[in-house]
Amino acid sequence: MARCHIVFAPANRLSSGENGGKLAVHSAVRFRKGKFPMTDHAGESGGQPESRRDFLYLTTGLFAGVGTALALWPFIHSMNPSADVLALSTTEVDLSPIEVGQSITVIWQQKPVFVRRRTAEEIKIAEQTPVADLPDPQTDAERVIKPEWLIVVGVCTHLGCIPLGQRPTEPRGDWNGWFCPCHGSHYDTSGRIRKGPAPENLWVPKYEFLDDTLIKIG
Amino acid sequence: MDIGKKISTAAAIVSVAGLVLFGATSTDVAAIEAETPENQDWQFEGVFGSFDVASIQRGLQVYLEVCSACHSLNQMAYRNLADLGFNADEVKAIAAEYEVTDGPDDNGDMFQRPARPSDKFVLPFANEKAARAANNGAFPTDLSLLTKAHPAGPDYIYALLTGFEDEAPDDVELAEGMEYNPYFSGGQIAMAPPLFEDSVEYSDGRKATVENMAWDITNFLQWTAEPEMEERKRIGWKVVLFLLVLSAMLYAAKRKVWANQH
Amino acid sequence: MSTHTQHSSSSGGGLVKWIDSRLPIFTYLQKEYGEFPAPRNFNYWWNFGAILSFMLVIMIFSGIFLAMQYTPHVSLAFDSVERIMRDVNYGWLLRYMHANGATFFFIAVYIHLFRGLYYGSYKNPRELLWIFGVVILVLMMASAFTGYVLPWGQMSFWGATVITNLFSAIPLVGDAIVTWLWGGFAVDNPTLNRFFSLHFLLPFVILAVVVLHVIALHVSGSNNPLGIDPKGPQDTLPFHPYYTAKDSFGLAVWITLFAAVVFFAPNFFGEPENYLKANALLTPAEIVPEWYFLPFFAILRSVDFNLWFIDAKLGGVIAMFGSIFVLFIVPWLDSSKVRSARFRPVYKWFFWIFVLDCVLLGYVGGHAPNAKVFEGVDWLEFIDLGHVGTAWYFIHFLVILPVLGMIEKTKPLPTSISEPVLGGGQAAAGAAAKPMEKA
Repeated sequence: MARCHIVFAPANRLSSGENGGKLAVHSAVRFRKGKFPMTDHAGESGGQPESRRDFLYLTTGLFAGVGTALALWPFIHSMNPSADVLALSTTEVDLSPIEVGQSITVIWQQKPVFVRRRTAEEIKIAEQTPVADLPDPQTDAERVIKPEWLIVVGVCTHLGCIPLGQRPTEPRGDWNGWFCPCHGSHYDTSGRIRKGPAPENLWVPKYEFLDDTLIKIG
Repeated sequence: MDIGKKISTAAAIVSVAGLVLFGATSTDVAAIEAETPENQDWQFEGVFGSFDVASIQRGLQVYLEVCSACHSLNQMAYRNLADLGFNADEVKAIAAEYEVTDGPDDNGDMFQRPARPSDKFVLPFANEKAARAANNGAFPTDLSLLTKAHPAGPDYIYALLTGFEDEAPDDVELAEGMEYNPYFSGGQIAMAPPLFEDSVEYSDGRKATVENMAWDITNFLQWTAEPEMEERKRIGWKVVLFLLVLSAMLYAAKRKVWANQH
Repeated sequence: MSTHTQHSSSSGGGLVKWIDSRLPIFTYLQKEYGEFPAPRNFNYWWNFGAILSFMLVIMIFSGIFLAMQYTPHVSLAFDSVERIMRDVNYGWLLRYMHANGATFFFIAVYIHLFRGLYYGSYKNPRELLWIFGVVILVLMMASAFTGYVLPWGQMSFWGATVITNLFSAIPLVGDAIVTWLWGGFAVDNPTLNRFFSLHFLLPFVILAVVVLHVIALHVSGSNNPLGIDPKGPQDTLPFHPYYTAKDSFGLAVWITLFAAVVFFAPNFFGEPENYLKANALLTPAEIVPEWYFLPFFAILRSVDFNLWFIDAKLGGVIAMFGSIFVLFIVPWLDSSKVRSARFRPVYKWFFWIFVLDCVLLGYVGGHAPNAKVFEGVDWLEFIDLGHVGTAWYFIHFLVILPVLGMIEKTKPLPTSISEPVLGGGQAAAGAAAKPMEKA
């Protein structure tokens, strides 16, 4: 239950009954910013200059406000990924069982990652595509470490569906890469968007080769 | 001011004292049967307390080499060891010495693999029943929270580990398989004395007496129970100091607001 | 009315008026908090209403963020709380704030209640205000009880078992009620899940009753240390800025104490046994509730004898619920025409004896009934103190309050809050002439 404190700054200190001046709303008890009013019901305050009184109220209010803001941070930060979730932020994948032309899906950070061992044909087409043709211009070299292996996050950059094309029976779209059935985005053999509403190429996660057949994603 | 206020203040203080008393003593009954452990001076005690990291690292060694045979540490993950000053490779190496069950693999079978930092500490037994079966029906309690689970906490663990006696007193008849320890509730404990001189060879060369090992393992267990302790006290000082200043400012503001009413 | 309404150039003024003309929330708040006339002679015991509001906000806030991370299943609850303590960012802070928040919530509510008893705040025309307050207390107890079960520690489980088992004392329908509460044949997963649901719900019910409580307060206006009604504006001050300033200061001191406990002694008020996972096959040596329930626990256990057809178990249950019920009817039990204990010299003593009685009952509640109070003194057990404490508790309400009001010679009341008293009662004159001394 937040308590609001309405602050009055009456124009005339002597007319203690007047409710003149602006109505400024301040939020709960601890969010005290700004002036305290000058009303006093017993008449003159006794000669205290307003500015000195204001300074105290202002600094106190700011101090309390800053404290409250700092106090909110732990609550907000508690919603950020916890240590155990962060500990699972990398995944190692063994590439040796994957044959040429085969795709596998692995889970990384609760998302699917497509690992495709590309054929020479697929690599050639990907490398030779003119960058100017691409809605999201990127060369194939920018998207792979070893051309034989394409590793992309299998989440359509439009609205998040998982594109089809991993299995031989699934449609791969007009460019032989992946096809997203939700709104018709077509991706090529480098995972780049060619046609459809998706704004960006399939995202390439950070990964490294630990040796020839082992990668670590994340 | 007047006598009424003095009475009310005094009674309020007595009431608060009473509150504190029964807050602090409400569970002393369980310990009546057992001897009260002596008070030790732990580095982590008090508002300025901190962790004796060297001791905790030795305690980790004691746990891994002695206690983990029977006692689980199910709230800790290997990655937590990074807080003790081990770097990422060292943590990985420590974890890799243990095996965890993972799976199912693509054939539907479970398999063993070396533990990773993200894994929890490997349990010595698959489940409670297995633990009991291996220990004459007694269950070796999990150690993660032990220092918080007993009123005297660390003092109790230290006293227990150093308090085993060869002979039970005449008026105590030990049941089959039990040992005598005056600090354990009832005096009879199913655990044989776990620590002997040089049970462990400390990598820093410190003498592995029973007292030293008990000291180190207690420090270690205090850390496993409250890993956030140092951060908590550090932030605590900042918060309390801030609030004291804010209270003073609000007092001054209040006096100013009320100035014309006095 | 004022010629200065447009002198502010800030758009805040315009927006506020726009909203206010459609939903007069600002006018309402201005009237109820900005200008609301409060007696000018409040002492610091009057801070606790604001402190309680703050504690409710803290509990709801920390509780909601904890609920994001907690799992209400018997296999996962304990570990989910430990995960909050270890892995969730600032999780330990959320948990300790919530657990110690409950303690501080009860400290404040007991002070607030005793303030009411001392100054006669429950008397006409504030009877309903008082009743709402006791309702809030009962809801707080229910919230605390269901909440304590959630970590699923040893004390969570066994405390729930003992207290839910009490209902079996009710004749005829008792067992059916207990089975219904449990959702099974013992405290188990169904119980835990429904307690989580209820624990989430009840604070918002408390919030609603607090709103009623404050509305009722604003109908009659606050009581004050002298217990006499304000006669006019000379006896009151607008709530803002006088009491907003004073409440803010008091609140800051309170939060400082709270922070000191949360950061430096977070387990002081807690039960170590609850750091052991619940084990349905192992009863702890001592089953004890949290400190704020200890007096009622002592009353429950003090009825260890049968009374006619009422067996000890049922007798204990009746005594325990009776000790709370009796609070509801205090406005009608106390026959005194004088509100404040400041002018009731005999009642004042009985009040403090009652306070000590509650402390005694709390102390008794924390010990096994048959344990010796003093080593070596065989004839005095805690149950004996419990008998005395419980008897006195009911004597205070059912005998002292009605009788004293009729026979007590009270001190003369001052004529008003702000005017000095001419003659009669030096203490009253002192109190009336300098109401702001200790403000």
